[in-house]
Amino acid sequence: MTLKSHTSSGRSLPTFKRTLFYLMLAAITAYLLFPFVWAVITSFRHATDLFLPPMKFLLAKWTIKNYIEVLGYPSFSRGFLMSVLVATGSVAVSLLLGAFASYALGRFRFKGKSVILYVILSVTIFPQIAVLSGLFTLIQQFGLYNNPLGLIFSYLISSIPFSVWVLTSFVREIPSELEEAAMVDGATPLQTLFRVLLPVMVPALVTTGLLSFIAVWNEYLFALTFTSDNRTVPVVIANFSAASQFELPWANIMAGSMLVTVPLIVLVMVFQKNIISGLTSGAVKG
Amino acid sequence: MKTQTVSTPPKTRSRGVHAARARVAFFFLLPALLAIALTAGYPLFKTFQYSFTDALITDPSSAKPIGLGNFWYTNEKGVELGLLQDPKWWGAVRSTFTFTFLSVGLEFVLGMVIALVLNSEFKGRSFLRTALLVPWAIPTVVSAQMWSFMYNDSFGLLGTHLGAVLADADKTLWAIIAVDVWKTTPFMALMLIAGLSIIPADLYEAADVDGASKWTQFWRITLPLLRPAILVAVVFRALDALRVFDVMNVMLGPNRASELSMTAYARLHMIDNQLLGYGSAVAVMIFLIILAFTVLYVASLRVRFD
Repeated sequence: MTLKSHTSSGRSLPTFKRTLFYLMLAAITAYLLFPFVWAVITSFRHATDLFLPPMKFLLAKWTIKNYIEVLGYPSFSRGFLMSVLVATGSVAVSLLLGAFASYALGRFRFKGKSVILYVILSVTIFPQIAVLSGLFTLIQQFGLYNNPLGLIFSYLISSIPFSVWVLTSFVREIPSELEEAAMVDGATPLQTLFRVLLPVMVPALVTTGLLSFIAVWNEYLFALTFTSDNRTVPVVIANFSAASQFELPWANIMAGSMLVTVPLIVLVMVFQKNIISGLTSGAVKG
Repeated sequence: MKTQTVSTPPKTRSRGVHAARARVAFFFLLPALLAIALTAGYPLFKTFQYSFTDALITDPSSAKPIGLGNFWYTNEKGVELGLLQDPKWWGAVRSTFTFTFLSVGLEFVLGMVIALVLNSEFKGRSFLRTALLVPWAIPTVVSAQMWSFMYNDSFGLLGTHLGAVLADADKTLWAIIAVDVWKTTPFMALMLIAGLSIIPADLYEAADVDGASKWTQFWRITLPLLRPAILVAVVFRALDALRVFDVMNVMLGPNRASELSMTAYARLHMIDNQLLGYGSAVAVMIFLIILAFTVLYVASLRVRFD
């Protein structure tokens, strides 16, 4: 806790302090990763080995049986397809509408702009439950109950404000010369957006898209409420436990959980920088 | 758009350009604003409307207005049926706030330790940064299942030592807080790291020259300069914790979750018990509570988001 980035780094520290520091690092790493690692191991164990004491459990035989079984569940593979469909759909829509709106908010001056920005921010911190009944009846009226389109629509409530907020802060940073040059060449605002700004915005679009994708992929309340059998994966995973009261298929649950989680972990590792900048954007600009 | 009419005289041209640009901005904003109105504005309005009716989810159109009956109503036999008269509702409110304070408090302390560690230079720093994103990326439902398995009292890693924590009413909230802290500390840490990264290093150098201890530097430099980042991180996490639902619903089931989470209480009545009107009244109360919390927090601490 007493180390600072400006001090000449760990090497110059006394051995005792350095040991303490590395012990703390080990503790933090274990804390962050252990539950996940334990779940990974469980997903590769025979169901009968789950009762073994920890050491024997760790040394028990590996198997991919749980994965094969989970992939064989029709509800799981269907859920996976639904999740991909719903997450991709809502991300695509919100990026498109978000790009339009962020161009207006980041580049144009007009009355009421800051009000609009604050309204949009306030929607991102909205309690979802406050719209649940209204959204439920609206989705039923549209005949979209249990339809992936209904879920795509409902997720716009969080992904559009989020996209607008992050993209706007990015658009503001783009040098205005780019846009002015396009205007001088006689480009319409629509052409300017698509030919000049969007190519520059690719990193921001990737960041925003990824974060929205993860949020939608993980969402549970709307997915649970607006579908009956076209479930997305979080609901499928949650409902495993409800299926049987006596012995839960824990090894299978863990295998399914890993199948749902690993794509996200891979995305996070590949796009780590984008994700961190997107998560913290807006929070630190003094 | 025809703002490029070069032939007009400069003065009116610039005013015309402004008006035209405002119009363009309006059209660019329109789709997003419409989508927000349709997914947030209108449903919120409908929720308020339903909260004053006896609507059932099976047939919302035949709802009759009952005024404030969902909130406060005592029938002829003296049975109190209003939301505000239900001790279970107040229990859920109390638990949700306890959960929020403890959870966000622990996350803050833990997140701060992790942020300070990650802000120093050492081998394996980028590995730890990646490790930090693992709990964050895991779906809440999955993390709830992972921890349920560890809490299982007949063969779980923790449950065999701690007992059936999820069945023991005194321990349940703590068990769930542990899950939430594990899952969301990374977000807190990342926000704090971002805040730490913009504190100028020469402040610490000057303090070193003046002979201030690291401990003094933390309290006198780091903490005050980190204040804006802390306030924003804490309010985002607190608002998230106040609407807790997933982790409780998955680990405890809808009935027990409704005793601990305001959102679970609302959903249980609105969807499972089909009382759309009553459930909407609960949702309205949650909305007002969270609104009041946000206004108080932002006003009393003068938080700036931008």
